[in-house]
Amino acid sequence: MLEWITAIFLILGSLFMLVAAIGVVKLPDVYMRMHAITKAASLGAILMLAAVFIWHPQWIVGIEALMVVLFVIFTAPIGTHMLARVSHHMKVPTGEGYVLDEMAEEDNDSRGEKYFAPDA
Amino acid sequence: MESVLESYPVLSFAVYFSFFCLTVSLFAGLYRLLMGPSLPDRIVVMDLVASLVIGLIATYIMLTGKTVYLNVAVVIALLVFMGTIAFAKYLYKQSKSQKV
Repeated sequence: MLEWITAIFLILGSLFMLVAAIGVVKLPDVYMRMHAITKAASLGAILMLAAVFIWHPQWIVGIEALMVVLFVIFTAPIGTHMLARVSHHMKVPTGEGYVLDEMAEEDNDSRGEKYFAPDA
Repeated sequence: MESVLESYPVLSFAVYFSFFCLTVSLFAGLYRLLMGPSLPDRIVVMDLVASLVIGLIATYIMLTGKTVYLNVAVVIALLVFMGTIAFAKYLYKQSKSQKV
């Protein structure tokens, strides 16, 4: 029974990672690619670490797997957010079908400075 | 790679299947790394490859039973965040100096 649960978690995690990689290849611009990796790949890593903890139920494995899961959950949105902001600032072209750009006038003033230290 | 899963055929199949999926995903990331039209595309691939390597480490732990390799996953999860932040910061500075 435990073997089946672990196998299902491993296969689901690797399929989520495969979906993320297919999204990186197939989606048309950089913002949609970020959307693909920051959710699907994180969920894949979390599921595979859960499989490791189910198969090796020890304290140290649980704590380290939990550390990795927390790092991934907290850092993937932050890094992707900063990268999307920089992409918009660099004027990386988008695909077709975009109807609204709420950050269009933000590039003209200096509000981006508070996210990136200006004097460093 | 010596396997500890010889008496567990279902889990053995799952491990090799996830190795296959992760390898295909790594090649898909390599395609985007070579073909990516802009630099943020390549940084996105770096983030993806970090998650894929965490998955590969988890699968390798399942295959060999050596749980010490989880330390490697901790270190990768930390370092890649630093890498993404550094790339974002320096790209911001570079694009700002080019515009003025």
